[in-house]
Amino acid sequence: MNVHSTSPQFKQNATRALHDPQLQKALNNVKQGFIDKRKSAADKLPEFEALRDAAHDIKNHTLEHLDLYLEAYEEKVKASGGHVHFARNADEAREIILSICRKADAKTVTKGKSMISEEIGINHYLEANGIRPIETDLGEYIIQLRNELPSHIIAPAVHLNATQVEQDFRRVHTHLDAKRDLSEPVQLLTEARAVLRERFLAADVGITGANFLVAETGTSIIVTNEGNGDLTQILPKTHIVLASIEKLVPTLEDASQLLRVLARSATGQEMSVYTTFSTGPRRSADADGPANYHVVLIDNGRSAMLGTSFEEMLRCIRCGACMNHCPVYHAVGGHAYGWVYPGPMGAVLTPSLIGVDKAGHLPNASTFCGRCESVCPVRIPLPKLMRHWREREFERHLTPASVRSGLGLWGFFAKRPALYRFATRAAMATLGFMGRQRGRFRWLPLAKGWTAYRDFPAPQGETFQARWQRERKGRTA
Amino acid sequence: MSARDDILGNIRRSLGVKGSETIRRQIVQDRLERAPRGVIPARGQVSGEERVALFKTMAEASLATVTEVESAADVPQSIALFLRNHNLPATLRMGDDLRLKVMPWSETALEISHGPSEGRDLNAVSHAFGGVAETGTLAMISGPENPSTLNFLPDNHIIVVSAKDIASDYESVWSKVRFTFGKGGMPRTVNWITGPSRSGDIEQTLLLGAHGPRRLHVVVVRE
Amino acid sequence: MAKLEEGKFEAVNGSPPRLRIGLFVTCLVDLMRPSIGFAAVKLLEDAGCMVEAPVQTCCGQPAYNSGDRGTTRDLAQRMIETFQGYDYVVAPSGSCAGMIKKHYPELFEEDPNWRVKADALAAKTYELTSFLVDVLGVTQVDATFDGAVTYHDSCSGLRELGVKTQPRKLLSSVKGLTIVEMNDSDVCCGFGGTFAVKYSDISGAIVDAKAKNIGASQAPTLLAGDLGCLMNMAGKLSRDGKPIEVRHVAEILAGMTDEPGIGLAKEAARAK
Repeated sequence: MNVHSTSPQFKQNATRALHDPQLQKALNNVKQGFIDKRKSAADKLPEFEALRDAAHDIKNHTLEHLDLYLEAYEEKVKASGGHVHFARNADEAREIILSICRKADAKTVTKGKSMISEEIGINHYLEANGIRPIETDLGEYIIQLRNELPSHIIAPAVHLNATQVEQDFRRVHTHLDAKRDLSEPVQLLTEARAVLRERFLAADVGITGANFLVAETGTSIIVTNEGNGDLTQILPKTHIVLASIEKLVPTLEDASQLLRVLARSATGQEMSVYTTFSTGPRRSADADGPANYHVVLIDNGRSAMLGTSFEEMLRCIRCGACMNHCPVYHAVGGHAYGWVYPGPMGAVLTPSLIGVDKAGHLPNASTFCGRCESVCPVRIPLPKLMRHWREREFERHLTPASVRSGLGLWGFFAKRPALYRFATRAAMATLGFMGRQRGRFRWLPLAKGWTAYRDFPAPQGETFQARWQRERKGRTA
Repeated sequence: MSARDDILGNIRRSLGVKGSETIRRQIVQDRLERAPRGVIPARGQVSGEERVALFKTMAEASLATVTEVESAADVPQSIALFLRNHNLPATLRMGDDLRLKVMPWSETALEISHGPSEGRDLNAVSHAFGGVAETGTLAMISGPENPSTLNFLPDNHIIVVSAKDIASDYESVWSKVRFTFGKGGMPRTVNWITGPSRSGDIEQTLLLGAHGPRRLHVVVVRE
Repeated sequence: MAKLEEGKFEAVNGSPPRLRIGLFVTCLVDLMRPSIGFAAVKLLEDAGCMVEAPVQTCCGQPAYNSGDRGTTRDLAQRMIETFQGYDYVVAPSGSCAGMIKKHYPELFEEDPNWRVKADALAAKTYELTSFLVDVLGVTQVDATFDGAVTYHDSCSGLRELGVKTQPRKLLSSVKGLTIVEMNDSDVCCGFGGTFAVKYSDISGAIVDAKAKNIGASQAPTLLAGDLGCLMNMAGKLSRDGKPIEVRHVAEILAGMTDEPGIGLAKEAARAK
């Protein structure tokens, strides 16, 4: 079972978010920081657009040959002394992870940041089975203390401010002096560093995700700025890599192409601080590193997306640029989307993974402004894919009745030009007459949503086609 | 049917393939063999002094500090000076890398210890496998010579890199890895490091030293 | 005079050939603000084109974006038939031109006969300012407008058709006019067609941010190239009591500003 979703309540979630002043303040950070930094990084690299094309092609090539690259990858991992496990769905993945943890006699498990681990809800499962999972990415650590889902795929706690974090630390770190000063963000960071350092050193198993898996060498790649992913995977005896099957790339060269667009698109860095290529367990001469290396490859709906228009979504490298540039995300934040993946990529991916009947709002809640697609490093046509979901909803009669009947009426007239001209001429004359005093309406029937926030400008009265016919008839025949 | 076979079967059904097609297998094998390079930014395609200068500029942009020394024999003094200038204790942990071991540490007052870090060391030095001028990145190889824990646990990490090992691009480093470990072979870990540890998770404020080193200092040996 | 024959034309007596333009006036302009359509006609005729406005309805975008491909295809076929005989099709809207240019071909992916026709129409369809600048090479217009304007880049025009410099180039040739750029001029205004009604809370928040940027620019006039966005922004500005005149860029370029700004009453305009 996947983690629980509140996506069906998207509208209510969104309204709540819009009225949360704390959240609105935090969302300003997204609007300001990421966009300029990405642009500056892209502008500094003349080959950036060519690299986006290359990234797009590499992922497409891999997806078209995914079965073979998975086989090649598996063979290489085994050859380097690692183990590969396949999981059809979240349940199987959790079972596999639990059994590896049990074999390692694990009491605590440290975790690097991994969206797929959120997707399968591994933390609650481990806890329910007596194993303590500890998130080590600072943002993930904070939201774990609050029992929340990440609100952003690369900045999980972007919806919070420092005061909220301070309150959580005081609530949980009760072994520390209650009078300590935590008024500065750096003090919060220092405290988390000290607390988590002990956890790193004590952990029995480390679980990380993977940004990429390399078929050529059987290598898993993680990218972090904090170094938490590395401490998670080199200190415990057992390292588990949790990755969905579309993370494959053919070679180290291909991975390098993708890495060139990943950090620039995500945080605007030229390169993230730590990019780590791990292959198998520690070698006999090694002085450190895990003795056991497991990879859990999860399908959980991906294989069914191949061969459909949603295959394009499997190119996604989880950089977060789409949500960083999304006016809807800026307005409501990540939690409103109601599941693991927010923003435009979530609006396309979530219906694939939990069903469009539950997540139907997400692909509809977009203005199709196209800014997401314009910054996507692997050129996923996100608006087009959202539209495809709308089409599926329409076909399955999931589209709200009011929209269907409104559209039906419009379509009826639009297909009959003579009737259309007659009806619109009359309607606009009426509206124009009614609105001519003020030039606008503060309220209109059937347009309550519109007039709740803005006036409705009145039409000029005569339609273009009526006037054209009147003035020009005969002239241009 | 095993989960593995089921998943591979589903992928093949979705893609409309059997998996046994010779042409597909050939394409995949060929790509894995050839490992074609893609788009290589022109920025790094410089040599000699210019390449070292670019490496330095980019490393500094990532908030690392960089010093250049004339020869390996100058490294201990340079590191001792760096620690003193930052009011850091005169201790240093390192692995078994011979290039580091043969340096004249006794000419300094530094207290040297060897082996991986157990999490209490303040300062460590590692020798890089190579550098990448394009982004000021250092490539580290795991092993007893340079244990990976030294890259992450100490507060202050010093990396020594030979100027001749600074490559233009990542791809050149991969060529060297293949030359060293054989095609398709890898050490347990390759770490690319670009600057000191950081986090922006609290109100998007950039703070250094999240879990890894607060300082990254690079010593480029020119000889 | 050019003589028309099967959609083609030829020069007579050595005079330069006149392009025959089918004006796709768009539903919103047709119904709400025909003066924009007439401004477009003036601009095209001033540039030497022959303009016709065949009987037309809608390009199908509302249905398309609501997932109703069937209705969209029906309307698209009607549009293709209506406009196939012209040298060019020009619309005073990036969104509606984008629908034809970018989405019609996709709509008929599995229907080769219609695909060919859709491709042909797509190839000759343009947004108004882009047509004037990129196709006709117009560099200046004969118009005067006293004061500062700020320009909102509507999303479809900007990102589907690359409309960004063209309106600004033409505006900079208007005597007395200065352009003041607002912050985030390329960020969505929150209109999004039915989105503005279906997700009115979110749309309201997005247009609120846009209105703040417009206000902060201090320009007394707001221009854009899409009436949907203009009605959204004008409605918000008027609700907030901000006295900013909102117009389609074609009105200024054609020097046709007799009609009151969007959302203003005729009486109010006369009082000015």
